[in-house]
Amino acid sequence: MIKNAILKSLMLLIVLSVFTGLLYPLTITGIAQLIFPHQANGSLIYKDGQVIGSSLIGQQFSDPKYFHGRPSSAGETGYDATSSSASNLGPTNKLLIEKVKKLAQQVRKENGLKSNTAVPSDLITSSASGLDPDISIDAALIQIPRIAKARNISEEKLKNLVNEHIAGRQLGILGEPRVNVLELNIALDNLK
Amino acid sequence: MIYDILQMLIFICLLVIITIPLGSYIAKVFTNQHTFFDFVAKPIEKFVYKITGIDESHEMNWKEYALSLVIFNFLGMIFLFILLVSQGKLPLNPQKLPGISSWHLALNTAVSFVTNTNWQAYNGETTVSYLTQMLGFTVQNFLSAATGLSVAIALIRGMMRHSTKDIGNFWVDITRSIIWIFLPLSLILSLILAQQGVIQNFSSYIRVHTLEGLKQVIAMGPVASQEAIKMLGTNGGGFFGANSAHPFENPTPLTNMLEMLAILAIPASLPYAFGKMVKNTRQGWAIFSAMLILFVIMLGTTYYSEKTGNPIISHINITGPSAMEGKEVRFGIAGSSLFSTVTTAASCGAVNSSLDSMTPLGGLIPMLQIMLGEVIFGGVGSGLYSMLIDAFLAVFIVGLMVGRTPEYIGKKIESYEMKMSILAIIIPASTILIGSAIASVTKTGTSVLLNHGPHGLSEILYAFASTTGNNGSAFAGLNSNTLFYNLITSIAMIIGRFGVIIPALAIAGSLANKKVVPVSVGTFPTDNVLFSVLLVGIVLIIGALTFFPALSLGPIIEQLLMNAGKLF
Repeated sequence: MIKNAILKSLMLLIVLSVFTGLLYPLTITGIAQLIFPHQANGSLIYKDGQVIGSSLIGQQFSDPKYFHGRPSSAGETGYDATSSSASNLGPTNKLLIEKVKKLAQQVRKENGLKSNTAVPSDLITSSASGLDPDISIDAALIQIPRIAKARNISEEKLKNLVNEHIAGRQLGILGEPRVNVLELNIALDNLK
Repeated sequence: MIYDILQMLIFICLLVIITIPLGSYIAKVFTNQHTFFDFVAKPIEKFVYKITGIDESHEMNWKEYALSLVIFNFLGMIFLFILLVSQGKLPLNPQKLPGISSWHLALNTAVSFVTNTNWQAYNGETTVSYLTQMLGFTVQNFLSAATGLSVAIALIRGMMRHSTKDIGNFWVDITRSIIWIFLPLSLILSLILAQQGVIQNFSSYIRVHTLEGLKQVIAMGPVASQEAIKMLGTNGGGFFGANSAHPFENPTPLTNMLEMLAILAIPASLPYAFGKMVKNTRQGWAIFSAMLILFVIMLGTTYYSEKTGNPIISHINITGPSAMEGKEVRFGIAGSSLFSTVTTAASCGAVNSSLDSMTPLGGLIPMLQIMLGEVIFGGVGSGLYSMLIDAFLAVFIVGLMVGRTPEYIGKKIESYEMKMSILAIIIPASTILIGSAIASVTKTGTSVLLNHGPHGLSEILYAFASTTGNNGSAFAGLNSNTLFYNLITSIAMIIGRFGVIIPALAIAGSLANKKVVPVSVGTFPTDNVLFSVLLVGIVLIIGALTFFPALSLGPIIEQLLMNAGKLF
C-alpha cells in the first residue's frame, strides 16, 4: 500500500505542479501582457524614453520644491523597492515615539510652522510597505506654502493642482481619499 | 467613520451573498453531481487519472486516506526543499539569485508552504527566483489548500455515510478541488487583480532614475497569478516582503476588498456546502452563524482599538488617525483593521499592514483568533473541520448536562470521537504555549526581539500561534531567520497541521462506520440559534481558559501600560 501511495503521490505531484506551477502562471502572464500590458509591467512612467518611476511605487523626496511622501522603512535609506518592509516598531516602543516626535518637529520646521501646530499623522509614521505612493490630502496641503516659496508659484495655483490630483474613494466608498506623490510632483514640474 | 462602517458592512454582505452559490457548487463537485463547468473540467480530470494511474472508483478507509495525504505532503516538502537550494542553477531567475544556502531556512520555508502556513523568514524579492515562486510556492498554495479542503470533505462524508469504512479517495478529492474550484477562481481573480495594477511579468528588476535624480530599483515578477491563489487558498505568503501592503500585490482599495473576499469566500461557503451534503442546510447555517457572530465581535474590537489609536502619539498634536505607523494611506484604519481580522480569522496570514505596530488590543485580536483554532470561517477546509470538532465538544457538553448520549447529524458522539476531538484541541494549544515558554526563557529566543517589555512576549506568542495555527502572519519585528526559530517553528507547523488533520480523519472514519440514529425527542437540536450561541460560547471558553494567562502578560498589560504612557 505504501509503495503504491508513494508512486501515485509522485505522479500526481508532477502533473498538478505542471498545471498550477507552469501552465497557470504562464497563461495569466500571456493574457495579462496582451490586455493589460501597462499594469502587468509595473505601471511605469516614462519621460524622454527613460523610466522615471512607477505610479504605484513611492519615491524618496527631500528637496523643498517637491511634495514629500511618507517616512519609509524599506531598505537602509528608505523607498528601496527591492526590500519592502515596515518598521515593525510596537506601540510602546521608545524608538517609535522618539522617531515620531523628531519627524513631527522636522515637518514643522521644514514648512515654517509653529512648534505646536498639528501635523498629519501619515507624514510622521512609516508605511506598511515602505513604498506607499500616497499621502493624505492634509499632508499635501500642509506642504504648499514651502513649495510655493521654493518655486515662486502662488499658493492658489498649488492648491488647485493638489485638488486635481485627489483620488477619491474608489467606487465612491472604498479606501481613503489620497494624493499620489510622484504623479503630483511630475505635474508640479510641468507647471509653467 | 461612516465610510469605515459602510465598507465593513459591504464586505459582510458580499460574503454572505457568495456563500450560497459557491457553497452549493462545492457540494456538487464533491458529490459528483453535474456542474456547469464539467465540460472543461471532466476531460482534464480524466486526463490526470489516465497518466497518474489513479483509480477514480477506489474508496479509502481513514488510515489509507491519512497515509496518502501525509506521503503526498511529505514528497511536496522534499520537492520544494530541492527547488529552494538549487534555484541558482535553474531558469527564470533574471536577478541570478543563488540557491538558499541556509539549510534550516530552506527547510522552514518548505515546511511552511506545504502546511499552508506561509510563515516567511525571508524577504521574497531578495531571496527567491521567479521559478521558485511559481513552481514551488504557487504549486503548494494550490496543493496545501486542496489538502485542507479534502480533509473537510472527508469529515463531512463521515457524517453523510453510515456502516462503512470508506471516506472517499484522497487523490480524487485533491484533483477535483484544484480543477473545479481553485484553478478557475484563481484565473478570474488574477486577471481582475492585474487590471487594477498587480504586476505579472518575467522582467529583471527595473532601474529607475527618480525625479530627484536618485537611483531606485523596482522588483518585478509574476505576482498576480500567485496573489490570487495566495488568497483563495488561505495561504498568505507574500511575493514581496511587505506582502499585501506592497502596492504591486494590493494596489487599490478595490483589490483590497477583493483579496479579503477571496480569503473568506471558500471557508465561508463550506458550512453551506456541509449543510447541502448532509441534506439539512439549517445545520450549515447554524455553524455559519456561530462563525459570523464571532467575526463581528472580533472585527468590532480590532477596529475600535485601531480607531482609538495610540494616546502617546496623539499627544504629539497630530491630525488624522494616531495608529498610522505600519499602515498604508489607501487602506486607512478601516481597510487595515478589516484585513487583519479577515486574514487571521482564516488561516491566511497575508497582511496589508504591520501587525507588530498595531495597538496592543488591535494586535491581540489576530493572535486570539489564531489561538481559538482559526474556526471563525478559518482556513480552506481547516476552518470547517476545526469548527466541527468544537461542535462535537459542544454536543458532548450538552449531553453531559442533560444526561443523554450526545448526537450530531444522526451520529452518536462517543468516547473515541471525544478523545480525538480533545487531541485536536490540546495538541496545537500545548505546542503554542510550550514553544512560547521555551523561547521566552532562553537567550536564543529573546535576543532577536525588536520590541521590548510586554510587546516582546507578544512577538514570541504570535510567532508560535501563527506557525502552529498554520496562519503565517507575523509580528514581524521578531527576526526569526535563526537556527533556533527556523527549527522550532518548523516543528510547530508540522504538529499544528497534521496534529489536527489526523484526529479529524480518524473521527471521519469512526463516524462513517456508525449507524444512523433517528431523531427523537431526546435529540438536542443542532440546527438552531441556541446551538450557534452555545458553539460561540464553547469556542470562547476553551480559548480563554487556555490562553488568557499568556495574553494578559502580553497584549493586555501592554494596552494598560500604553494608556498610562509607559514606554519600553
